[in-house]
Amino acid sequence: MSAIAPPATADTAPPTPDYSEYKLVPARHPWRWVGTVLVAAGVAAIAWSLVTNPRWEWGVVAEWFTAQSVVNGLIETLKLTAISGVLGFVLGFILALMRLSASPLLVSVSWTFSWIFRSTPLLVQLLLWYNLGYLYEKISLGIPFTDVRFFEAQTTTLISQFAAAVLGLTLNQAAYSAEIIRGGILSVDQGQLEAASALGIPAWKRSTRIVLPQAMRAILPNAFNEIIGLVKGTSIVYVLAYSELFYTVQVIYNRTQQVLPLLLVATLWYVVITSVLSVFQYYIERHFSKGALRTLPLTPLQRARKFFTTHVAATPTKDAR
Amino acid sequence: MSIIAARKESTPTAHVADEPHAEASAGDSAGTAPVATRGQVDITNVRKSFGATEVLKGVSLSVPPGGVAVIVGPSGSGKSTLLRTINHLEKVDGGYITIDGELVGYEVRGNKLHELREKDILKQRTNIGMVFQSFNLFPHLTALENVIEAPIVAQKRSKAEARKRGLELLDRVGLKDRADAYPRQLSGGQQQRVAIARALALDPKILLFDEPTSALDPELVNEVLDVIRELAKSGTTLIVVTHEMGFARDVADTVVFMDQGQIVESGTPQDIFANPREERTRSFFSKVIEPAFNI
Ligand SMILES: Nc1ncnc2c1ncn2[C@@H]1O[C@H](COP(=O)(O)OP(=O)(O)O)[C@@H](O)[C@H]1O
Ligand SMILES: [Mg+2]
Repeated sequence: MSAIAPPATADTAPPTPDYSEYKLVPARHPWRWVGTVLVAAGVAAIAWSLVTNPRWEWGVVAEWFTAQSVVNGLIETLKLTAISGVLGFVLGFILALMRLSASPLLVSVSWTFSWIFRSTPLLVQLLLWYNLGYLYEKISLGIPFTDVRFFEAQTTTLISQFAAAVLGLTLNQAAYSAEIIRGGILSVDQGQLEAASALGIPAWKRSTRIVLPQAMRAILPNAFNEIIGLVKGTSIVYVLAYSELFYTVQVIYNRTQQVLPLLLVATLWYVVITSVLSVFQYYIERHFSKGALRTLPLTPLQRARKFFTTHVAATPTKDAR
Repeated sequence: MSIIAARKESTPTAHVADEPHAEASAGDSAGTAPVATRGQVDITNVRKSFGATEVLKGVSLSVPPGGVAVIVGPSGSGKSTLLRTINHLEKVDGGYITIDGELVGYEVRGNKLHELREKDILKQRTNIGMVFQSFNLFPHLTALENVIEAPIVAQKRSKAEARKRGLELLDRVGLKDRADAYPRQLSGGQQQRVAIARALALDPKILLFDEPTSALDPELVNEVLDVIRELAKSGTTLIVVTHEMGFARDVADTVVFMDQGQIVESGTPQDIFANPREERTRSFFSKVIEPAFNI
């Protein structure tokens, strides 16, 4: 008890010194600077070896980087990514809602779908779709067990390399995105749905206007992971001899024997796509963090501008205003 | 089995007669003549079980149009469950509820009550506003967007009209200048006032409050209670679950004491607080009121 200091009152406490004229100095981080220097040295060493080692054959890389055939392959890669990415996530959203619904039938259909497509190798799926004509010669739409047919076609004409690629990538992507979206939806507080139904908001609008925008915060980082994976994942369709980016450079280096430089061409393009996607990711995530943070952090652009106005351009601008 | 129906037919007229002109001069949006003609709630012998435990054991209660019923009782006595059956967020296992004579959640076909389709239930819910203990504002929408969401989506009102009305309502709860703030940028009391404005936006006949101040810091309780007091004069039927006994005493026409899934007794605040008939009521109040009044 006696250890506790008596309460400070006006007549016993010593007068507090006046600090009002003192300047505030933020804490310094010397080790950050040491770390930065070490990392910079490492990066410089690697860059130096890349530039000076002639075996990288940068001339060949530059020559093929924008060649027509490579650009065509790039466009095919982007097309496959965009189509199977969008279709995969739309289907995944529907599968996620099915999985979370009250209907045991929908739940088991959705569960089985994910189970099948996550447990078979994508390579096998692609080859299976492409060789569907071997299993089923014709595809027809009609009344089962009768001769009535509304539509009938040879399977091989229906399932091109492109169709097999899109089908395989989409269904596989849907199985994975369903789980990502379901996880996002589960992260939203149950009270949100309750409040929305108490307000008479219909089920579909509850999902799309109340739950999904909040779930997006949890969904987006994983979704971009998936899309970036998909960009490179499309290279697997080379097994169908589909001329996307990776298959194209393979064809070229088989002819010219410049294996490493051409792999570098493909790699650099994948890096470019991924970098662009990362920028999109930053701004889309920022958009959906609306309301989740009390104040949004500055974007890199805004930060640069602030740095410039406070540090580089000094006071004169103030007078100009 | 002690089922006590709290029917007080005379309340609305008496209530309105208290302040015949104060309302009109205040320019209240509730209307010129606050003679409540809608919002009669009749709960008849409602039962509800979760698994093996019966949470509501035959509850009956009537609240006249414009009446203010305050439900008190120990935690776990079924107050929230009862409130949630009134807008069919919770399905009853027995008994029925009507609002202005219309069955909630069911329709009569032959001699059976068939549950309504989702669409019709949602439509009924637009007549019943609900305010939750944990606010449940939509965090990705601003205060104003929270208020206008249901009028636009559920009632198909035009955006301009909804905005105009939304701003009026935010003004009414004293938050017009925070219309563009997100819920996380508001204090608890402010959030709950936005939630009240959101419930009012559908122009409901009835407002349900489930412990609206229990999640608030003590100094924020009154700003929310003041808004509810104001509403009590407007002719909307209010059913409020609360632990604020002072508020119940001031505002309620009827105080309902619930315990273990039953209404133990109900009556005017004077009856219930000063002369409780049942031992259970007396012992509850001795725990709740006295500490509060000794401070
Ligand atoms: N969804 C539910 N599932 C199971 N039990 C529940 C559920 N909701 C409420 N209960 C139980 O019902 C009883 C009454 O709960 P509630 O109506 O919330 O009481 P109060 O609001 O009076 O504190 C409690 O024992 C609670 O545990
Ligand atoms: Mg409760």
